Amino acid sequence: MTAERPAIEVNDLTVAYRDRPALWDIDLEVPSGVLMAIVGPNGAGKTTLIKAILGLVRPAAGQVQIHGRPYEENRRLVAYVPQRGSVDWDFPTNVLDVVMMGRYGALGWFRRPGRRERELAMAALEQVGMAAFADRQISQLSGGQQQRVFLARALVQDAQVYLMDEPFQGVDARTERAIVALLQELRASGRTVLVVHHDLQTVPEYFDWVMLLNVRRIASGPVDEVFTDRNLRLTYGGRVPFIAAVAPQGTGVGGDGRVGDGSPGPGRLAGEAGVAAAKRTADGSER
Amino acid sequence: MAEGLSLPVFDYTLRMVALGSGALGVVSGALGVFAVLRKQGLLGDAISHAALPGIALAFLLTGSRSTMVLVLGAAAAGWIGTLAVMQIVERSRIKEDTALGLILSVFFGIGLVLLTYIQRVPTASQAGLDRFLFGQAAALVGRDVALIAGLGALALLVTALFWKEFKLLAFDRAFGESLGIPMRTVDVVLTSVLVLAIVIGLQTVGVVLMSAMVVAPAAAARQWTDRLGVMVLLSAAFGALAGVSGALVSSMVERLPTGPTIVLCISVIVLASLLFAPNRGLVWNAARRYRSRRRLRVQSVLVDLYALARQHEHLEHAHSTAAVRAMSYGRGGTLASLRALEQRGLVRRAGRDLWSLTPAGIREAESLLAVGDREAP
Repeated sequence: MTAERPAIEVNDLTVAYRDRPALWDIDLEVPSGVLMAIVGPNGAGKTTLIKAILGLVRPAAGQVQIHGRPYEENRRLVAYVPQRGSVDWDFPTNVLDVVMMGRYGALGWFRRPGRRERELAMAALEQVGMAAFADRQISQLSGGQQQRVFLARALVQDAQVYLMDEPFQGVDARTERAIVALLQELRASGRTVLVVHHDLQTVPEYFDWVMLLNVRRIASGPVDEVFTDRNLRLTYGGRVPFIAAVAPQGTGVGGDGRVGDGSPGPGRLAGEAGVAAAKRTADGSER
Repeated sequence: MAEGLSLPVFDYTLRMVALGSGALGVVSGALGVFAVLRKQGLLGDAISHAALPGIALAFLLTGSRSTMVLVLGAAAAGWIGTLAVMQIVERSRIKEDTALGLILSVFFGIGLVLLTYIQRVPTASQAGLDRFLFGQAAALVGRDVALIAGLGALALLVTALFWKEFKLLAFDRAFGESLGIPMRTVDVVLTSVLVLAIVIGLQTVGVVLMSAMVVAPAAAARQWTDRLGVMVLLSAAFGALAGVSGALVSSMVERLPTGPTIVLCISVIVLASLLFAPNRGLVWNAARRYRSRRRLRVQSVLVDLYALARQHEHLEHAHSTAAVRAMSYGRGGTLASLRALEQRGLVRRAGRDLWSLTPAGIREAESLLAVGDREAP
């Protein structure tokens, strides 16, 4: 691992579905060892960005480098946590088996997971507090438990870069805190973590780096530099209300809760009501 | 046709029929699990129908009636049909179900035209290719069985080798790709062995109904287990059972096509599984619902009796069945519930048709009501 090169380097990345661009000319540099939120309105291309970095969707143009080498050469350094809803949880298998899938790439062709894989999977389940569920049929899990199983599956890959698609979707507050603690542990051990995130309210609290995305990259960098009222306006346009109070102090943030819709009433959404408004923006999900 | 029905073990035809159809049931049952889990139940139908023009063309080109040649033709056509489905889905806006329907009917139509043409060619009139439509188990000979067993073993071997990749493909393809496993290749390999599993059954079951041997055993097996390995083994066993029993019956009755008979057998297995499997079975679910409803009814009768007793000085005041029944708004089963409560010592008979709460019954009713209070907002 080369420490001086950024963990992720994206150059001129453009992805189009049919004739509609989903991502347009994205440049992105993510330094090693940060915990980064990717935020933006529905349809902004957050999931597409993650999938394009992973080579799951074919970009029309652009390159992705992981720790200074093309993704194809360094893909072993990258782990992926897909959206929980992307699989059928009625599949006939148990928790331990799903977590061991994280080792399939390293195992290679024709080799079955054995004792070592079992031990790694159990350790990962321990980390996410799911060890007691190892033998549980996966259809019997709650949403938060499913999410933690997916996290454990990525943990056994022992990667340097983690890409997570909405890991907080549909989990309760306690699980969310547990997951955040885990992500911060990963960062503390030098890993780089990218998280598609919907709750603007918690961005400054959970993350130290942020990317604002709406087809184009609006901004990316340390939260206290780029998570500003101005950038949020640019990202969300006038359509989605959110509170300006979430942005850090001293960055010219006004008390005006509604952005760009021309309605009067400064400060109307501050405080408790503002929190509720921000939560509402977190409800939407995108494909 | 088999005339000697006395002892199947000694009859060559019956032995071949049992071996061949059992083997094809094992292979299609095992591979069908992956088709079903990938929600591609219709793929088997498309492959088997698409195989028909391959059989006809193989005969027209080589003039051979050997099963080996015809099965290879079937495999080639089935494979081309499947790749066509994949290409249509990838390159156009047509969705997979429509693409499957298109390929199935177009290939099958071409196959029927070719078969009709072959029937008219005087030299080829005896080809007997129409047995591939509905299957004819009695036509199986040793060479056919060897072919079924050989190709089937190949399909099962590949499945064992690619077990974890097939599982990943069925469960979470995108994650597999992120691991660097070429899932497209894995998809082509799995589809190819599925083609193999289907074409070895065509002579016995027929192109029209072969898809049942892919889908039905897996659907039945899913009812009984939550583990992929067990599901594959069970599905193979169900496939073998249906194959053997159906083929034996059809080969003992003159001119009874094998495909429909085997499908009837597997349908019985599916029906029994849907009804009686623990946890997922309909009967099981109904029984569970009935038990919980009865428990609720007994509880509500206890609480009703408690409410009646509350109107009197002491809580052990007796009431008639009719009084309790009047409180239950015609839910029915009041007397049976009272008897059940009596057996549990919560209620006792205070005379003919008179019931009163025991001290244990009072405690139970109060705890039920307390729980109700706590749950209220």
